[in-house]
Amino acid sequence: MKVKESKFISGNEAVAYGAITAGCRFFAGYPISPSSEIAENMSYLLPKYGGKFIQMEDEIASIGAAIGASIAGKKSMTATSGPGFSLKQENLGFACMAEIPLVVVDVMRGGPSTGAPTSPAQADILQSRWGTHGDHPIIVIAPTMVQEIFFEVIRAFNLAERFRNPVVLLIDEINGHMRAKVDIVDESEVEIWHRPKPENPVGWKTPYKRNEELVPLMPDFGDGARFNITGLDHSETGFPTGDPKVRQQLHYYLRDKIEKNKDKMIKSEYLNTEDAEIMVIAYGSTARSAMRAVEVLRSEGVKVGLFRPITLYPVPEKEIFEVCENVKKIVVPEMNLGQYVLEVERITKGKIPISKVNRTDGEPITPEQIIEAIKD
Amino acid sequence: MIERYEIRFAGSGGQGIITAGIILGEAAAIYDEKFAVQTQSYGPEARGGASKSEVIIADVPISYPKATHPDLLVALNQESFDKYSKDVKEGGIVIVDSDYVKVPEEVEKKFKIYHIPIIETARNEIGKIFVVNIIFLGAVQEITGIVSHDGLEKAILNRVPKGTEELNMKAYEAGIRLAKEVK
Repeated sequence: MKVKESKFISGNEAVAYGAITAGCRFFAGYPISPSSEIAENMSYLLPKYGGKFIQMEDEIASIGAAIGASIAGKKSMTATSGPGFSLKQENLGFACMAEIPLVVVDVMRGGPSTGAPTSPAQADILQSRWGTHGDHPIIVIAPTMVQEIFFEVIRAFNLAERFRNPVVLLIDEINGHMRAKVDIVDESEVEIWHRPKPENPVGWKTPYKRNEELVPLMPDFGDGARFNITGLDHSETGFPTGDPKVRQQLHYYLRDKIEKNKDKMIKSEYLNTEDAEIMVIAYGSTARSAMRAVEVLRSEGVKVGLFRPITLYPVPEKEIFEVCENVKKIVVPEMNLGQYVLEVERITKGKIPISKVNRTDGEPITPEQIIEAIKD
Repeated sequence: MIERYEIRFAGSGGQGIITAGIILGEAAAIYDEKFAVQTQSYGPEARGGASKSEVIIADVPISYPKATHPDLLVALNQESFDKYSKDVKEGGIVIVDSDYVKVPEEVEKKFKIYHIPIIETARNEIGKIFVVNIIFLGAVQEITGIVSHDGLEKAILNRVPKGTEELNMKAYEAGIRLAKEVK
């Protein structure tokens, strides 16, 4: 892979550089700690690449503008933190329902409410899955390392485009503000996906006619087709419908678009899992504490491994089930009071004891805390 | 080979603590081609609150990015020294501002402590208070050698505002000189 430039930058800056490489050409946002550097960097970068940056009047308008730009064919992104993520939920639901590609970054901080603006947390996990109402499809990615953030943003755009679905990228105050060396590469060095469209969009009347991956073949506004987009239950034409059969089928499509393609969305990392008797399951910046804990304990001969889901939703059910099949204990550290652990409990069906390590005081979970839980 | 070298800079908001961490990390990661991560914590205030910046430098990939037992602490005020000196590794290096930090005798024996008039030098010798961070970076380079002289110089020049390069180089050399005097 040809490196264009190596820079010592933060995770938030890596989001901006990754988005540019992915082809993002529209950003609308409203500044909020600890995510503001994403907007700041997009405001410098986008004009250089012929893109547009808009600071809107609030978070709701920002995601609205990003959805509009995406409907018009631009790869679009917005970024925020907890309080702003709450505000974006209604429009996020609209993008799920209307199947508009979009990347929403949430740089997690202490909550609920205004919480702790400059402190890290991982407490928006369930919100990222279920924050907007209705049985909606969503993809959630939670990278760990700063370099990984760069590439996962590109993957987020690819998934958003390929499946015409919003993708939530979760980072937090730690890896959002952490600086490390990042190798920046051009789009020619990575896989880039574009949204599926009809071969000849002029006069196309069925924007929700689906391809073999169940993704609608929708033209962009301006391509020469006149069609309707709505948050109401709709038919293939995009117009609202009251037909129970059509409505039920739409909801199945939305579910199955994720369910049937989840192997194309799931990505995980395995560290010393093969002979492990104890499994740590950690994601995002907490995974770095877990890596240290595994390093230290392996050097003492303790058979401990780390499973790190990079895609949180769809949940890597098969992967978690398999990696935990032969272990005696599972340890799940997270900077919340126990959220993703609910998925682990669901998948392992209570057959393996689970030790939770939680912290919401604004300080990171230390390797020592995880070591203690492993040895306990 | 350095498996893990932990550095913590602490002072108050506005003293360039976080920028110093970024410059040191960049010197290590980009110019010296080592592994480095930089993190920080700060209060919601723009200026005056407690400010802390940490850098981990290693020859191998770094897992946990925060400092737990620093090999090196730079403390610019008494509050930072009192709060963070107890975490420093036994025999570790502590650089304090000689006018703003008083070190109790029993603590003096536990670490290698260097008393340097950082803020005074910025104010009176260089004539600009904003070079405080560059002065202590010079001292860090001279005392620890954890980054190369040239690598740090390049990182400083890459990160300081245009038009202040000469001033900052003066501050860098002043920091090195002050460290030599107390070494």
